[in-house]
Amino acid sequence: MPTDAPSLEARLAARGISRRQFLKFCGVLAATLALPEAYAPKIAHALETTPRLPVVWLEFQDCAGNTESFLRASTPTVAEIVLEQISLDYHETIMAPAGHAAEKSLEAVLAGSQPFLAIVEGSIPTKDGGIYCTIGGKTAQSIAETVCRKAAATIAVGACAWDGGWPGASPNPTGAVGVKSAVPGLKTLVNMPGCPMNVTNLTAVLAHFLAFKAMPALDQEGRPLFAYGQLIHNNCERRGHFDAGRFVETWGDDGHRLGYCLYKMGCKGPQTYSNCPAIGWNDGTSWPIGAGHGCVGCMSSHFWDNTIPVYERLPHIEGFGVEATADKVGLTALGVVAAGVTVHAVASAIRAKNSPEAPHDEREVAVQTPPKKK
Amino acid sequence: MAKIVIDPVTRIEGHLRLEVQVENGRVTDAWSSSTMFRGMELVLKGRDPREAWVFAQRICGVCTTVHALASVRAVENALGISIPDNARLIRNIIECTQYIQDHVIHFYHLHALDWVDIVSALSADPSATADLQQTVSPTWAKASPAYFKAVQDRIKTFAGSGQLGPFNNGYWGHPAYKLPPEANLMAVAHYLEALDWQREIIKIHAILGAKNPHLQTYLVGGMAIPVDPNTQKAINDSRIGRMKELAKSALEFVQQVYVPDLLAVAGFYKDWAGLGGGVGNFLAYGDYPQSNDGSPESLFLPRGVILNKDIGKAPDAVSQEKVSEYVTHSWYTYAGGDTAGLHPFKGETAPTYTGPKPPFDFLDTEAKYSWLKTPRYDDQPMEVGPLARLLVAYAAGKERPKALVGLALKTLGVGPEALFSTLGRTAARGLETLLMAEQLLGWIGELETNMGNGNLAIHNGEKWSPGSWPAEAEGWGFTEAPRGALGHWVRIKDGKIANYQAVVPTTWNGSPRDAKGNRGPYEASLIDTPVADPERPLEILRTVHSFDPCMACSVHVVDARGAEVTRIEVVK
Repeated sequence: MPTDAPSLEARLAARGISRRQFLKFCGVLAATLALPEAYAPKIAHALETTPRLPVVWLEFQDCAGNTESFLRASTPTVAEIVLEQISLDYHETIMAPAGHAAEKSLEAVLAGSQPFLAIVEGSIPTKDGGIYCTIGGKTAQSIAETVCRKAAATIAVGACAWDGGWPGASPNPTGAVGVKSAVPGLKTLVNMPGCPMNVTNLTAVLAHFLAFKAMPALDQEGRPLFAYGQLIHNNCERRGHFDAGRFVETWGDDGHRLGYCLYKMGCKGPQTYSNCPAIGWNDGTSWPIGAGHGCVGCMSSHFWDNTIPVYERLPHIEGFGVEATADKVGLTALGVVAAGVTVHAVASAIRAKNSPEAPHDEREVAVQTPPKKK
Repeated sequence: MAKIVIDPVTRIEGHLRLEVQVENGRVTDAWSSSTMFRGMELVLKGRDPREAWVFAQRICGVCTTVHALASVRAVENALGISIPDNARLIRNIIECTQYIQDHVIHFYHLHALDWVDIVSALSADPSATADLQQTVSPTWAKASPAYFKAVQDRIKTFAGSGQLGPFNNGYWGHPAYKLPPEANLMAVAHYLEALDWQREIIKIHAILGAKNPHLQTYLVGGMAIPVDPNTQKAINDSRIGRMKELAKSALEFVQQVYVPDLLAVAGFYKDWAGLGGGVGNFLAYGDYPQSNDGSPESLFLPRGVILNKDIGKAPDAVSQEKVSEYVTHSWYTYAGGDTAGLHPFKGETAPTYTGPKPPFDFLDTEAKYSWLKTPRYDDQPMEVGPLARLLVAYAAGKERPKALVGLALKTLGVGPEALFSTLGRTAARGLETLLMAEQLLGWIGELETNMGNGNLAIHNGEKWSPGSWPAEAEGWGFTEAPRGALGHWVRIKDGKIANYQAVVPTTWNGSPRDAKGNRGPYEASLIDTPVADPERPLEILRTVHSFDPCMACSVHVVDARGAEVTRIEVVK
């Protein structure tokens, strides 16, 4: 794209960033997405294409935890995303105008001819006519209906926007649900569960969407496979200790200080699908199991009711130290994922025709491998 | 006379709606409404009290960590558990880091645009901006004309794209903006610097707490992050060193950027030292225990109550029995009638929405109009937050807080009465950030010393097993969240949560009127605020943002014996 090249250089220069540096962080994005390195220039080009993609970020029954996670973005940074890569036209926590002026910003996106992306944070109350969350006198449900139906694609960030999160946990006082239930039948809905979602995954999804005008491969639950396709347990830094039968027995004991397996302390890593162990949190500084507390399964469906009690070990795992066991547990617990992978395999085969390589094979193989017999 | 509505109030956490009556360019009355409800306490009922913190922390992702802390303290109080010294220090370091990061984000990313006109920054002279920077903060390295030129070019490119994103429809050019273009450009540069800075500083949370937001190493009885100088998987010398670097960088930014910016900007807005006063009563639970004896005297930030702006005497002691909550103007009902206040332990729950059917234009502010209850202390409305804490510390005669307040007043050439204002509230937050940033390295050092002395304990496991608990127990845990006094109350029966309650900072500050018609702090502080243009209510945002509203925190169901009835009622 020769006409765009000077613009790219100039804009990078204005930010004091060399093209080489820029390509490097596009490479980081490509790696998160498990794309071949050859994709980096394509991502770089897409991130620099104007006009920028308008994005509407809606907050409903939320805690702004996903917004805070978004602020921790580093590859690229939140300033780079907001100033140079997307046009964040509506985000209540960040935007300058309030009240009517803020509503005008949203109306302009809805009335505009440019396709836009919706990001939803927080659950949506459906009980009693939706009066448990209103903005500008309108219910969350009516706003979600209007915005998501019109959006080119919707990304539900965090556990609450996926399946209702903790507001939807028993007894679910407000009838809180996720986007998939509040606005059923959306053609392009990406679910990024987690409490909160990991921003490294969100920036990778954004980059993929900008580069390929499509979302990355998803499982049956609409979760990107690159982020939710593998069991934590299979990539856990403490897996060696599990296999060898070395466990933390009490908080602060010798094994705890040595980094032994947290399974007996209630860790839900053996049934939770997430790339936490691969990418970590806060620029890879740490992650829950790495810091010494078990996984609470926050990426799992209805985890507030399904993965508790937090401190009780997962049942029905026999024969500590047998590698096959955890794979089996994971596949049984989340059979839907395995089913989703089959669907995805078809999509991926189609995609392979148009791509130099099918980028997700490795992950599919990892998930599709039938559980070994004990 | 006109009634104007601001909904959504943006650049806050959560869903706040203001209805404001304006006459002759001044606010004559105001109503504060929270428009979102979830029901954490109902969700917690019947669960394991050891995991309550995992849930409760998710009340808020901006004030992440503080509800986890209040929760483990409440359960520890109920079960009589004392925590090891290392756990106390780790909690202090985590909370202190939260204050510093959260206050800086508030100032630059939530509050600054009330005072800073980004569009004006486009016409600034980069060289003059560099001069200004070197005058305001001579030691800060990012002070060259080329640097400010690059920032300005970046903003120009952005503005030139015609896509203004979150800055579109801002109140640019509003007559209430007073900063010269160079000060605006400097502030915009620091808005961007602070975005990068906060991402780094918060890594202290990742080191000690696995991740941010929503840390994951709290435990009832201590912390789950091991301490051991001789292993790779624990807090060791290398991680202590990394935290020290981050703490130094935090202090540097607060000393050389935040506080100088605050004082420089305040100098242009001294009229705001006479606006936004509010209720004049202040409550602080205090926090940061310096020892494990659990006494109020051990708290680095002291506990106390100040009435009628009287900082000339020592603050009154806090008695938690004097806390009560009203629902006269909240969408709940009490069995004994909606005009009496109830102590949290006797609280009742019956969410009953009686507001207008959406979509609506106005609330019926004569009746019930908010999902927030109305907490009162000794039947008085109370302001909580950094100003309350600083005033209590000042009145208690704490040296460093007194010195910081004195320095700020002297720099601005105003008297102590200026503290009771919008500007005072915003300044107090900055001064507190400095106070805490100065403290952070000390606690990291104490943790290092303990580690060096072979004290590696992080958890008291004596009562980890529910079998060791009494059949019934109840307790409460206090903390000072960045936004103010936070209390959790828990009742445990047969190893499960029988009752869980939280009374949080924004409920104090953002509450609707009580039974006597007394306004809450937001409502009271807005009286007399000038409004140059009702369509662009910039001045109202200044005062309400000075409180740093956090609505997700503030809406709670206080659960009690009526909970089962509520459950049947709600889950049809």
